[in-house]
Amino acid sequence: MKIWDWAGFFEYLVNPYILAGAWATLWLTAVSMVCGLALGFVLALMRRAPRRLVAAPAGFYVWLFRGTPLLVQLIVIYTGLPQLGIKFGVIQSALIGLSLNEAAYLAEIIRAGIDAVPPGQVRAARALGMRERQIMRYIVLPQALRIVIPPLGNSVNGLLKTTSITSVISMEELLRRTQVLIQEQFEVLELFSVAALYYLAMTTLWQLVQHRLERYAGRSDAPPTAAGA
Amino acid sequence: MIDIRNLTKRYGSTAVLKDCSTHVAKGEVVVVCGPSGSGKSTLIKCVNALEPFEAGTIMVDGISVGDPATDLPSLRARVGMVFQNFELFPHLKIIENLTLAPEKVLGRSPDFARRKGLDLLDRVGLAAHARKYPGQLSGGQQQRVAIARALAMDPLAMLFDEPTSALDPEMISEVLDVMTALARDGMTMMCVTHEMGFARRVAHRVIFIDGGTIAEDRPAAEFFGDTASPRAKSFLSRILQH
Repeated sequence: MKIWDWAGFFEYLVNPYILAGAWATLWLTAVSMVCGLALGFVLALMRRAPRRLVAAPAGFYVWLFRGTPLLVQLIVIYTGLPQLGIKFGVIQSALIGLSLNEAAYLAEIIRAGIDAVPPGQVRAARALGMRERQIMRYIVLPQALRIVIPPLGNSVNGLLKTTSITSVISMEELLRRTQVLIQEQFEVLELFSVAALYYLAMTTLWQLVQHRLERYAGRSDAPPTAAGA
Repeated sequence: MIDIRNLTKRYGSTAVLKDCSTHVAKGEVVVVCGPSGSGKSTLIKCVNALEPFEAGTIMVDGISVGDPATDLPSLRARVGMVFQNFELFPHLKIIENLTLAPEKVLGRSPDFARRKGLDLLDRVGLAAHARKYPGQLSGGQQQRVAIARALAMDPLAMLFDEPTSALDPEMISEVLDVMTALARDGMTMMCVTHEMGFARRVAHRVIFIDGGTIAEDRPAAEFFGDTASPRAKSFLSRILQH
């Protein structure tokens, strides 16, 4: 009995079927993140609204989607909703499930970022005659952005790996394709090692991107050249 | 220019300003002083509606601040304000701090806003710092930028809310010098400050607030002369002791 099949390992490493699965993981992450950010931003603004009628539904949404497992959400969307006559394909279900779930977490991150901008900044912008929309766009959001980049980076990293859960609704991403190949080849360790390497490569790549983003966002805090406040 | 009549402002059930009335004429420099917690900062924040008030009227250049129909952003665009903690926008370069509102609020061209911004920075002695970020400047420099930022809007009047209180002693005079030059140029100014030397040299009138009411409102020479009331006298002796 062979212990470890090096030839097979290297073959799987460049296997187009696996590679396409990794690509699916990548775009699944990107699209869900963008949709999640858009929805999360709206939810964050709603939660900060002074009117309960606006804030409460957003609060309910966040409570619901953070309080239930993504696995359950995906299965409800893919296999539960057809019972009500609402049918989504595998890819649609995966994207919807990941986006809705991610939005709940991102909403909280964005809300915290906006709240962390000192109120004096808003007062100063108001005193200059800026309107609330302008204040949000030019004063609050740019400052909130640099506060939220580290936690947002965490979310992207997490999402890259969380996409693997969509394999349960047979979404053909990296993990699913790895499992399919395992059923043909029975080389469990070799194939899962390859999958792990792909995940590592993607999260490492993201880490580099995030580092750049943080440096760009932090460009305004160079060390002071004079003493004082 | 600024007309305050019977102003009353409450936080919950406590009145922080009670029935205050005063007037600031065009070109006049008025210093507002008084013990901490007396309501002096609140008074000037009411002038550009950063604080809402419950009763009375404030007219700025003929526009009623308290009228719900008044468009507050366009009113505020015409009144400059300088804060105790500068409140420069830390994510923008110094020059961008000066051009943002003129471009977005007044619709000025980037080129014109920039030239005017550089002029103003020159006027407060900071033209060399245009491309730096606020965090790279000292407190005194930041406050001078904040004054220039307010001036970039070509305000009818300037409000100063304790502009030197957050500064180290050696930086106070550079800010007061800019304010003095501004007063000499005929700017209408309302300054909350403890700098009695500045008040004595520059102010036309001094308003002394105590416990939410205007206890004194008289020409600076009189206020610092023998006629000051006992309450004002005891306040002055306490802050001038050192």
